[in-house]
Amino acid sequence: MNQYPYWKYVLIVVVVLVGVIYSLPNLYPEDPVVQVANSTTDVVDADTRLQIQAVLEGRGVEVKSTEFDGAQFMLRFNSADDQLLAADILRTALPGNHVVGLNLAPATPGWLRAINARPMSLGLDLRGGVHFLMEVDMDAVADNIYERYTSEFRTQLRDARIRYLSVERDDSGVHVRFADADSRDEALRVLRREYRGDLDFRTTQSGEVFRLSGTVTSDYLTAQRRLALQQNITTLRNRVDELGVAEPVIQQQGEDRIVVQLPGVQDTARAKEILGATATLEFRLVDENNDPFAAAQSGRAPANSRLYFERDGTPVLLQRQVMLTGDFINDASSGIAQDSGSPAVFINLDAQGARIFSRVTGENVGRLMGVVFIETSTETVEEDGELVRRTVRTEEVINVARIQEQLGRRFQITGLESTREARNLALLLRAGALAAPMSIVEERTVGPSLGRDNIERGFNSVAIGFVLVLIFMALYYRVFGLVANVALTLNLILIVAILSMLQATLTLPGIAGIVLTVGMAVDANVLIFERIREELRNGNSPQAAIKAGYDRAFSTIADANITTLIAALVLFMFGTGPIKGFAITLSIGILVSMFTAIVVTRGIINLTYGRQRRLKTLAI
Amino acid sequence: MKLNFAKANIDFLGQRRIALVVSLVLIVGSLLLLGFRGLNFGIDFTGGTLIEVGYPEAVELEEVRNQLEVGGFGRATVQYFGTSRDVLIRLAPREGENTAELSEQVLEVLRSGGPAGVELRRVEFVGPQVGEELREQGGLAMIYALFGILIYVALRFEWRFSVGAVAALVHDVIITLGIFSLFWLEFDLSVLAAVLAVIGYSLNDTIVVYDRIRENFRKLRKQTAERVMNISVNETLARTIITGVTTLLVLLALYLLGGAVIQNFALALIIGIVVGTYSSIYVAAAVALVMGVDRSVMLPVKKEGAELDERP
Repeated sequence: MNQYPYWKYVLIVVVVLVGVIYSLPNLYPEDPVVQVANSTTDVVDADTRLQIQAVLEGRGVEVKSTEFDGAQFMLRFNSADDQLLAADILRTALPGNHVVGLNLAPATPGWLRAINARPMSLGLDLRGGVHFLMEVDMDAVADNIYERYTSEFRTQLRDARIRYLSVERDDSGVHVRFADADSRDEALRVLRREYRGDLDFRTTQSGEVFRLSGTVTSDYLTAQRRLALQQNITTLRNRVDELGVAEPVIQQQGEDRIVVQLPGVQDTARAKEILGATATLEFRLVDENNDPFAAAQSGRAPANSRLYFERDGTPVLLQRQVMLTGDFINDASSGIAQDSGSPAVFINLDAQGARIFSRVTGENVGRLMGVVFIETSTETVEEDGELVRRTVRTEEVINVARIQEQLGRRFQITGLESTREARNLALLLRAGALAAPMSIVEERTVGPSLGRDNIERGFNSVAIGFVLVLIFMALYYRVFGLVANVALTLNLILIVAILSMLQATLTLPGIAGIVLTVGMAVDANVLIFERIREELRNGNSPQAAIKAGYDRAFSTIADANITTLIAALVLFMFGTGPIKGFAITLSIGILVSMFTAIVVTRGIINLTYGRQRRLKTLAI
Repeated sequence: MKLNFAKANIDFLGQRRIALVVSLVLIVGSLLLLGFRGLNFGIDFTGGTLIEVGYPEAVELEEVRNQLEVGGFGRATVQYFGTSRDVLIRLAPREGENTAELSEQVLEVLRSGGPAGVELRRVEFVGPQVGEELREQGGLAMIYALFGILIYVALRFEWRFSVGAVAALVHDVIITLGIFSLFWLEFDLSVLAAVLAVIGYSLNDTIVVYDRIRENFRKLRKQTAERVMNISVNETLARTIITGVTTLLVLLALYLLGGAVIQNFALALIIGIVVGTYSSIYVAAAVALVMGVDRSVMLPVKKEGAELDERP
C-alpha cells in the first residue's frame, strides 16, 4: 500500500552515506602546527627543511609529521606546548627572511582528504582572531592625482617652452597662471593633447592674469579610485603574508571598504600598526646654498627647496626635485649596519630604479643627500560639531649623508631609532605602499579563551536542546516520534556535511541558526503527524491516514518553508558577516529539513508499516 | 502522551474584541516606549568600543573602575558579563581621539596594576558612521523582508490574507522591540537577526493557519466565514503549540547554556515566538476576517484546480 519505488530508498541511503562521510572530518581534532615560509624566494628550499628538522631534533622537540606544499613547510606537533617551543626555536634559528607562523590544521585522515572531505572552518568568534573593516580615504586619491599633475604640468610646460607664472593645486584641481592669453592657449593645446579624457580644462581671466584650470573627469576619478582600492587590497595581502597569518581573508566590501580577517592573531597592536601604516621613502638632494635655520625661522623656504626637519628637530633644506621615490624599491630587509652598528634597512632597487639612482648619484658625488621617511595615518577629529576624518602626513628626514660614490641596486639606510622600527620600515617597503591611506572603522577581536568557551557553549546548547526535542518527540508521538528523531539526527548530520562541503565558516550565530533549525525542522513532522491523527479520528484506515497525512501536509509545509526562506534570503542580502552566517545555516537547515522530514520519514514509515495490509492501529 | 487538542473548540474569533484590546494596548505601550525611551542600542549601532576582559578570579567592579579612572578612562561603563570574573568595558565614541587604538590603551591600563592575570577576551570597535549604516540597513532589511512576504502571500493566497499576515508580523516585531525597550535589554546585531528570524517563524505559523482556512472554505460550504476560521484555528492549534514548545525547548537551552554573548539573541527569539504564537492564533485570522475575507474571495484560487470537491 504505502511503498516507495526502490530508487527512492536507494536515494535516501546514498544521501545518508554521503552526509555521514562528509561530516566525518569534523570529528577529528586539530593538530597544532608551525608554518614556515620564505618571504624573499617564496619557497622554503630543501636544505632549510632539513635544517629545521635537525634543529628541532637537536633540541628534543618531537615533530608529529611534516608536509611541504611546494612553498610552505608545515610541521605538526602533538601538543600546543611543543608547537610554541618549536616556533620560538625556529624564529631565532632561521635567517630573517623566514616567516614562522602558528596555526591549527585539521588532522583529517588521508582517505577523507583524498575525496576532498574537509571540516568546516571555524569563524573568528570560535577560534579567536581579529576582524578589521578598513575604509579607504578616497579624497586622498583625488589629492594624489592633483599632486602628480602639478609637477607634471611644470615639466610639460617647461619642455614646451611655455612661460607660466605659477602652478598651484587645491581641492578643485590644478591651476596654472599665465601673463598673456597666447601662452595660456598654447598651454591648453599642449596639455589637452596630453591629458585627453583624464582632465577637463577651463580657462578664466581676472585682470591681467590668465588662468588655466584642470579638473579630473569623473570617469577617470572613478577608475583611479577603483585602482587605489585594488592596490590597497594587494598591498594588505602582501603585508598580511609578511605577518605570517594562516588563512587570512582580505576582501572588498562596498565601494571604499576592505574587510581583513586574521584568524589566530593575538598581537592586534602590531597587526594594526602594519596594516594601517603607509610608509615610503624619498631621496632628495640637500640644498647646500641656503641656510636652513634662516628658513626655519622665517618659515619660508627658498624657491626650488622645501623645508624639512630631522628627528631631533634640526631643520634641513631639500631640493624640490625628487631623486628617487620608494616606488622603485623591490626588496628591503632589516639588520645592523656594519660600520656603525646602528639599526639599518638594506634596500634593493628594481632595474629602472637602479638606472635612475645610479645616474643621479653619479652626477652628484660629493653632495649631501637626504632620506625622507613619509608616513600617512588617519585620525578622527571634531570640526564644527561634525566628526571629520583627516589624513595626517608625517615627513621626517631620517638620514643625511654625503654621496661617497655612485650608488647602484643595493645600498643601506641608517638613522632609525630601533631595530623594531627598522624591521617595520623594511616590511612596509617590501610589501609596497598603500595607494591611499585607510582607517579602521570597525574592529572585532576575540581572544583564544573566549573562542574556546564559545565552541564549548555552542556545542553544549546544541546538544542539550537537541536531546530535549528528541525526548519530547518520542514521548508525544511514540513510534512516529522515533522516526522523526531519526530524521532530525540525519538533518543535523546533513547540515554539517553541506557546510563542510561548501567550506562555509561556522560562527556562533551559525550555531544559533542550526539550533533554531533543529527546533523548526520538527515542525514539518508535527504538521504531518497531526494530520495523520486527524485522519484517524475521522475514521480513515491507518494506511489511508498515513497517505492522506503526508499528501495534505505537503503544501502547507512548502508554503511555510518558502516564506521562511524569503526571510532568510533578505537576511543574507542585507546582513553583514555574522548575520549572513546565520542566514546561510538557516536556509540550508530549511531545505535539508524538507528532505529529511518528508522523504526520509515517509521512507522509514513505509518500511515499517507499508506492507501490513491489516494494520489496525498506529503508534502515534 | 496525548494532550487533548482534538476536541479543542475555543471561540478564538468570538474573542477577537478582547484580543484586539490586548494587542492594541501592547502595541501602543510598545510604541510609546520606543518613542520616548528608545532602544538600548549596542555598539553595533551607536559606534564605540567594547572590551571584554577575563580575570582568573572574581574581581570587584569598583577596583576595575578606579583603575580605569586613574588611567584616564573615567567615562567608561564597567559591568560584569556572565560571571564575576568577566568584565565588560564600554567606551562611547568621543571626538578627537584615535578610536581604533583605544582598546590597547585600556588593556595597558588594566595590565599596569590591579588584579593580576587580566586577559583580553574580546574587543569590538565600531566607527560611528558604520553604526549609522547598520541601523539604516537593519531597518531596511526588516522592511524588505515584510514586502517580500506581503507579495508572496498575496500571490499564494489573496491580498486580504497578506494584510492579515503582515499585520501579525508588525504586531510581533513592535511588541518584541517594546519588551526590549521596557527591560532596557541591549539591542545589537544578533538581536536584529533574532527579530528577523521571528518574522520568519511567526509567518510560518500564520501560513499554516491560513492554509487550513483556505482548505476549510472549500470543504465546509454551509458555514459562516467566522465559523470556518474558528474551526481552522482550532484544528491547527495542536501543531501551533507543539512546534512552539519544541522550538522554545531549544531556545531555552541556548539561553541558559549558550553563554552571555548569545543570551539576548535567544531571549529575543523566545519573546518573539511567544508573541508570534499568540498573534497567529488571535491576530492573523481576525485581521483577515475584519478585512472581509469570505468564501467568495477564495474563488480565483479554485480555478487552479481542486474543483472536484466543489460539486454538491
